[in-house]
Amino acid sequence: MKKLIITTLVMAFTVSWVQAQENIATLRGDTSLNQQGTPPVMPKVDNEDIKRKRNYPMQPPTIPHKIDNYQVDLKTNKCLSCHSRKLTEESRAPMISVTHYMDREGNFLADVSPRRYFCSQCHVIQTDAKPLVGNEFIDIDDLLNIEQSQ
Amino acid sequence: MKRLKTIIKFYWSVIRRPSVHYSLGFLTMGGFIMGIIFWGGFNTALEFTNTEEFCTSCHEMRENVYAELQHTIHFTNRSGVRAKCSDCHVPHDWTDKIARKMQASKEVWGKVFGTINTREKFEAKRRELAEREWARLKANDSLECRNCHNFEFMDFTRQSKRASEQHSTALANDEKTCIDCHKGIAHQLPDMTGVEGW
Repeated sequence: MKKLIITTLVMAFTVSWVQAQENIATLRGDTSLNQQGTPPVMPKVDNEDIKRKRNYPMQPPTIPHKIDNYQVDLKTNKCLSCHSRKLTEESRAPMISVTHYMDREGNFLADVSPRRYFCSQCHVIQTDAKPLVGNEFIDIDDLLNIEQSQ
Repeated sequence: MKRLKTIIKFYWSVIRRPSVHYSLGFLTMGGFIMGIIFWGGFNTALEFTNTEEFCTSCHEMRENVYAELQHTIHFTNRSGVRAKCSDCHVPHDWTDKIARKMQASKEVWGKVFGTINTREKFEAKRRELAEREWARLKANDSLECRNCHNFEFMDFTRQSKRASEQHSTALANDEKTCIDCHKGIAHQLPDMTGVEGW
């Protein structure tokens, strides 16, 4: 009797596991394990140099140009060679915001705060790739308009 | 001193004396052919020191600068053109090339005495080495860049807005040269504190 229960349980588990496996969406897609799938075409980076709208006030602005091989490490920061306070006059690039010169207590520092040094932690490039999942984000202004009209 | 004088006197008289056994034709033709062989051999040897294999036969180059170059567009790109070490670091003109090759004897010294034979030593020297190359390219108006990238052939409409703005102003009126902005395009940058424009 005990044996029968265990066997049934194990079989039930196996069946549900196999079914679950089929439903899992992976980057691999339908390609079987011993096959090499065709990778999707690499999307192009938007290099238009046109400032984009921010979706909410605190959003880190996205980068409107290529940043291939930009060196940002202990030795130097390529981004700051245009966007730092001292160099924006010549480069005419937007200066990194004042918050980048503040430590976490809100004290102003002479140079970029170490915690804000690695630009691409927050600021990213944009590509022409199609989004993999849908997005239902609504701009706060639109949301208020909808509420007011109701 | 007296001995040296007699030796020089002896060879001088040998050179001045007309040939007794060899014909004028043999001497001129022989000289001509030997000239070709020597000159060809010299240039072939010189060309060999300009190859990627030669540069990367030393671990100092292979594991530092060559490894860094491999991530950049000058190593691999859509059209399959590669700028190898000597394309940027050795002038194409013969006199300039010989001058650079003579300077390179210092690099042989460095190799023998292991000036940059570890990663740490190389990193410590990186700024000095980089500055030397920046100064050289600044002095010759980025000649090695311009061997491939000709300003006259640039199509600003195919460049990004930022690029065309800079190229049509600062570069066009000779205010700046390539290396002023395009530092660290093929190798990692050293600590840039105090470098103009950084």
